[in-house]
Amino acid sequence: MFNGHMAFKKIINDPYQVIDEMVEGIVLAHSDLLKFANNNKRAVVRKDAPIKDKVGVLIGGGSGHEPAFLGYVGKGLADGAAIGNVFASPSPDPIVDATKAINGGKGVVYMYGNYAGDIMNFDMAAEMCQMEDIPVKTVLVTDDIASAPLENKSERRGVAGDFYVFKIAGAAADMGMELEDVCRLSEKANDMTISMGVALGPCSLPHTLEPSFILEDNEMEIGLGIHGEAGVRKGPLQSADEITTELMDKILNEMDGSKKVSVLINGLGSTPLMELYIMYRKTFEILNKNQIEIHSSFVGEYVTSLEMNGASITLMKLDEELQPLLERETLCSMFRV
Amino acid sequence: MKKELNTNEFIKIILSICENVEKEKDYLSELDRATGDGDHGVTMSIGWSAVKEKITTLDDNLTFDKICMQIASSFLSAVGASAGPLYATALMRGGAKLKDLSVINSSHIADFFEAAANGIQERGKANLGDKTMLDVWLPTAKKIKDISTNTDDIIEILEKGSFKANESMLSTKEMLSKKGRSSKLGERSKGHIDPGAASSALIFRTFYETTQNL
Repeated sequence: MFNGHMAFKKIINDPYQVIDEMVEGIVLAHSDLLKFANNNKRAVVRKDAPIKDKVGVLIGGGSGHEPAFLGYVGKGLADGAAIGNVFASPSPDPIVDATKAINGGKGVVYMYGNYAGDIMNFDMAAEMCQMEDIPVKTVLVTDDIASAPLENKSERRGVAGDFYVFKIAGAAADMGMELEDVCRLSEKANDMTISMGVALGPCSLPHTLEPSFILEDNEMEIGLGIHGEAGVRKGPLQSADEITTELMDKILNEMDGSKKVSVLINGLGSTPLMELYIMYRKTFEILNKNQIEIHSSFVGEYVTSLEMNGASITLMKLDEELQPLLERETLCSMFRV
Repeated sequence: MKKELNTNEFIKIILSICENVEKEKDYLSELDRATGDGDHGVTMSIGWSAVKEKITTLDDNLTFDKICMQIASSFLSAVGASAGPLYATALMRGGAKLKDLSVINSSHIADFFEAAANGIQERGKANLGDKTMLDVWLPTAKKIKDISTNTDDIIEILEKGSFKANESMLSTKEMLSKKGRSSKLGERSKGHIDPGAASSALIFRTFYETTQNL
């Protein structure tokens, strides 16, 4: 157990019903924006889907990362989301149902974090949709610099950078671009997006209520993944400024001379906004010192990990092509950009 | 000595797998917490519960390939994850080797496991030694194939297979993970049994034990 003094308590009914009950709640709460595809409770799409002559953007992954991925469904962002069990990829069924529901005749792009399970399920679904003549392309998000060195960028995990990469894809599709262009810009957004995080305490699956990892009372873990995958180093808990400096050191190594960024300080589930803004303050100072202009800032919970205590910093390097896409208006259920 | 297996007996084996997975789910999740995200037991439990439910609604007189297809699709629909496509592909490819059969012998069983193991390799794109379930499936399927050329006793081939599966599962402990979430751990992935290898060994063990007691 967790040091004997922390029990995981959850407001749930039945651990095996949490996903269905959550999704029902979301669609009831946002019935003006969302609907089920083919009555499949694991496939949620825009109320007005399919949009004729628009590339469909389908995102997805395991549950437990809310507002990712359901909360990103809306105008200017994703057309649909396929939902898996907690931290587990959706099966091909909801992916296929959502694909058919959002295909406006210009094909669909699948976007999700780079995880083996998601790749297998989305690939199986893509094969099935292609057999029905729906063109499907895939763009993986690989922003977590703690998970592999830069030369192996394609092996990196997707974490909070999902937010920026999905945003760019959604905007490009909303502007009426073709499938190839939406993919090219999404890949570019992924190349330009870098993240690194820290965890102070674990989360627990509703089914087990066991801690996803163990940290001592005075410990933190740098580089931890959004499913509790172990990070690059454990060490004594440091101050907000020290943590932010360590994360930013690693991130700035991959700036490639970029002079303008958008900043996302993402909470993993139980870290208060107070602490996220303290991290933002230091991030701002470091970027200023390095003469990097901040185009826009997002501070809050965008990609969480149940009740994990921790945060990540994500920068998206901006150029003339990406900036207007980032600025394009969105309307989705769980936040506005 | 047992030379043939019919579909009713196969269904009994599948139901035993459902039961054993339920019994071992906490252990499987615990293994997964060490190197992954801790949900393998949960995933297996959800998947095999769906299989159990499906099996009670199956038409009588279905042949092996049809039963495998039904089990595979209910498992896959229920879980997704990594386990879904891997086990579903194994069942579909294995089942395809038993087309229109309602009774199978030892060489059919060898073909079934060989096709299943190849299906897992193709779907997961892992190699031998990557610390995945493939490290159980490939050597075990090969062992079963080898033994089946010397004997037509199903119990004997499943016993040797189960033994090989257990040994192979234990061998994943010292491997360095090169696939899946645990691959990001590098050296820290050593010293833990791969949870997919453990659930695979559990399946081979259940195949043997249930067949022996039929």
